[in-house]
Order: sequence, then structure tokens, then C-alpha cells
Amino acid sequence: MTIGLEHYLTVAAALFVIGIFGIFLNRKNVIIILMSIELMLLAVNINLVAFSFFLGDLTGQVFTLFVLTVAAAEAAIGLAILVCFFRNRGTIAVEDVNVMKG
Amino acid sequence: MIATDLSILTPEIVLAVYAMIGLLAAVYTSKDGLASTLTYVTAVLFVVMAFYIGVTGGGTRIAFGGMFVDDGFARFAKITILLAAAAILVISHDYMEKSDLLRFEYPMLITLATIGMMIMVSAGDLMALYMGLELQSLSLYVIASLRRDSVRSTEAGLKYFILGALSSGLLLYGASLVYGYSGTTLFSGIIDTAVNGELSIGLLLGLVFLIAGLAFKVSAAPFHMWTPDVYEGSPTPVTAFFATAPKVAAMALFARVVHDAFGGAVGDWQQIVAFLAVFSMFLGAIAAIGQTDIKRLMAYSSISHMGFALMGLSAGTEQGVTAMLIYMAIYVTMNIGTFAFIMSMEKDGRHVTEITALSNFSSKEPLKALAVLVLMFSLAGVPPMVGFFGKFAVLMAAVDAGLIWLAVAGVIASVIGAFYYLRIVYLMYFGAEEDGLDGRMGLVPWVGLVACAGIMVLGVFNLFGVDGLAEAAAATLVR
Repeated sequence: MTIGLEHYLTVAAALFVIGIFGIFLNRKNVIIILMSIELMLLAVNINLVAFSFFLGDLTGQVFTLFVLTVAAAEAAIGLAILVCFFRNRGTIAVEDVNVMKG
Repeated sequence: MIATDLSILTPEIVLAVYAMIGLLAAVYTSKDGLASTLTYVTAVLFVVMAFYIGVTGGGTRIAFGGMFVDDGFARFAKITILLAAAAILVISHDYMEKSDLLRFEYPMLITLATIGMMIMVSAGDLMALYMGLELQSLSLYVIASLRRDSVRSTEAGLKYFILGALSSGLLLYGASLVYGYSGTTLFSGIIDTAVNGELSIGLLLGLVFLIAGLAFKVSAAPFHMWTPDVYEGSPTPVTAFFATAPKVAAMALFARVVHDAFGGAVGDWQQIVAFLAVFSMFLGAIAAIGQTDIKRLMAYSSISHMGFALMGLSAGTEQGVTAMLIYMAIYVTMNIGTFAFIMSMEKDGRHVTEITALSNFSSKEPLKALAVLVLMFSLAGVPPMVGFFGKFAVLMAAVDAGLIWLAVAGVIASVIGAFYYLRIVYLMYFGAEEDGLDGRMGLVPWVGLVACAGIMVLGVFNLFGVDGLAEAAAATLVR
């Protein structure tokens, strides 16, 4: 069996959905949410690289590099905000992020 | 070649270099001692850049092979963004100083966010779109949690970050699908792939994800969940900033994506945008009724206003984009005035945001109460005020595009929404006698409040020519 474009797209879609579910179903820890976000971005990267290869076009891989750098910056900012939150609240459990009801 | 490209990006480059110099200067000298100076310098620079863009720009110029587009539409949005950001910076100075928040990061982060917004509205490529959007979002996450020692502010930042990152993920997934099924990331290339106004199923899926991501950024229902909490938790000047410049940028980006990249398949995105519009208008109008905190109320109000702006966009015509631009310009002015007032709401020297504190405010401060009344009427869309003409423009655009049901829904939603604006006016004029607000206000916020209220009244003659400019701007986007 040859591995075609659809296999890569399926893997990426599965990872993306796992990421979304990780954000919404997770009731424990904000760190897990950060990991889920990372997972979503990596699923997009798989998509981009697969498309780039099968289209024979380099743009997708350039896009991937941009996404990787932004993902790193995003994680850094997310962790920084989380540290500030932990200092004030003393916990990072998802159910304790509830000072404001929304 | 590269020199021409760079000359097109002059305003962005100047601001980026300024942000870096400002950060270094503040770190190596007196840190927060420079904050006050930096705030004013940044505001002046924004105004200068707005004039520079307005005076030097002409025609449509593209840079970096189409990745960056400088056309009338982008210039209109950029000038609105820069002036709104400058106004918020100047107005917020008093509040920041009083609540010990005047840090040098504040003007610098606003500068960086503004650069992001300018790139967003000029994006001609999915990569430029993403980089601009992230530069804006990452800066906004940080300023939402500017008050580091407050649970509310950091919680607002955390919630904004998580939902913002989720929306970026959705947008990016859509971008990857659009790239895969059209073979290019350039908007000018994507538009050629719509054959006879039909998109392939892959492109359609990508478009839906892109719109979902953008709807998060403009806080359109059903992607609005972050808005009330972030508005309530952030320091008030930051909330004021959130309610103005980023909304214009996200809305302009929305228009650019649907027209520049998917203008060949209007029918495919029209229904989605119309659905977002109806849902936002009603949710914003109904959910705001029970609110007791004025910042939360303004959050729902902005959701509702985004619904109206999206209604203009959903017309899918040049007239629709014109109406959307007029609506956004008016919306920003109203919000600057309203937030100038909210920033000065104090009771016994402490900042308050409860609506009940406004009780019987008119007997103490008739002029300010009158200004707030004008702004509230304008937000509600009561006829003599300018806000009505914004609503009228989007309704007309919807009717002319054959979306009569949407226009009817808009009118009903605006009637429901008028209730909570009028409740504020009622409280100010007929509320029970009790010790209300102190009523003190710095000179700059006072000027902001009265000037915005004045614009809402005086603008009825010709809208200060905004409609003509918006028309010219929309003509460059919709072809």
C-alpha cells in the first residue's frame, strides 16, 4: 500500500480533533490545554507539509516554519500568563479559573 | 525592487523600529519613569503616521509579490486604527497613572499590536494574514493581563489566550486546507480557483474554518464566549482598546478575506456571514439586559454591533463594504467617548463599574450626563444621532442585496438592544437619590467624552465626509 495524501490528511484531522477535544473536555489542568493547542498547530503543520509535497510547491513548507516560530512564541506567552495567574490564585486547575462567570 | 517594496511598508517599519527603540530606551534608563513620555510620544507618532498614510497614499500598490497590498481600503482601515489607538492612549493616561499601572510596556505593546493590525488589513496572502493576526493577538494577550497582581486581570489574560489560540488554530487549519486545494497562499491566486462562482468541497471546508477563526477575533456569536470575561477582567483602558482598534482590524481583515480571496463565490460565504450577523445581533441585545457591570454590558453591546457590521458585509456588494466601513468608523468613535466616561467612573476615589453607581448622576453633573445620554442614544441607534446613520447604511445594503429578512431581524434586534442603553439613561436622570459617583474627570477624558458626543450630534449633517471616503475605499476592494 502506498501512503497517499489522504492518509496524511486523516492523521492531521485526527490530531486536530484530539486537540480541540483536549481543550473542551479537559477538567484538570491548564497545562493540558497548552499541550492541546500545540497539538492543533502541529496537525496544521502536517497538513501544510503534506500538501506542499504533493503539490510540488515549497510555499507550504515556508508557511510551516512561520507556524513553528509563532507556536513557540505563543507557548512562551501562555506559560508567562499562567505563572502570573498561579501567583495570584495559587492553583492552575481548570475549574478554578472562575472568578468571573462567563 | 526591494527598495520599492520597503517604501510601501514605510509606516509599519517606522512603527516597528520605534517599538524596539522605545523598549530599549525604557529598559536602559529609568524603566517606568519613561512610561508617561512614551505614551504621549506613541500617540503623536500614531497620528503622524495616520496623516502620512492619508497624504502620501494613492492608488493600489503591492509589495513582496502580492503578499502585502496597499490600497484605499487598507488605508481607510489603517487611519481608523491609528487614530483610535492614539485616542485611547491619550485618554487612558490619567487612569493608568492613578491606578499605578503606567508601565512602559503598555504603550509599547499597543504599538506592536497596532503594527500587527496594519499588516492584517494589508494582507494579500495567508501567511501575511497569519503573521499580522498573531502579532496583534500575542500583544493583546499580554496587555489583558497587564495588572499582574490581580486575579481578575490574569484570569482575563488566560481566558483570552486559550480561546484566542484555539481560534488561531481553527483559522490556520482553514488556511492549510485553502492552500492545499488551491495550490497557492496568495489571495489573488485563490480567487481564480472559484469556477463559475462554485468552490470545490475542500476549499469550502477551508473557508468555513477561516471564517470561524475570524469570527472569534471579531467576537461574533457563537464565537463570543471570551468577550464578556475579558472585557470585565482587563483594566478599563485595555478594555477600551479591545473594543476599538482590534475590532476594526479584524472586521477589515474579514472583508479582505471574503472579497479578495473568495470574491468569486459570494453565495458560498454569504449565508455563513448572515447567520453570524443575526446570531450576534440577537445574542448581544438579549444577553446584555441582565448585566450589572458596565464593562460586561459594553462587551455584549460590542457583540451586537459586530452583528450589524457583519450584516453590511453579508450583502456581498460594494455598497455593503461601504456600509460596514461607515459603521465601524462610527462605532469606534462612540466607544472612545463611552470608555472615556467609564474610565472616570469613581466612587470615594475608587474606580467602580457597577451600573447602579450612575444613579441620579444628572443632578450632579448635567453636562457629562448629557454627553453620555447622546452617546447611549447613538449606540442604540436613535434617529437624530450619528449611530442611526450607521445602522441605516447597513440595513440599506442588506435590503438592496435582497436580504430583506436579515434587515427585518436587524431592526428587531436593535429595538431590543435599545432597552439597556435607555436603562442607563433612565438611571442617570430618574434614578433613586443616593451617593453616586464623585463626578471628577481629568481634562483629557473630558475632552474625549464631549468631543465624541459632539461628533454624534454634529455629524448628522454630512458624517464629516466619512461616507465618501468609505465609498472610495470599498471601491478598491470589491471589483
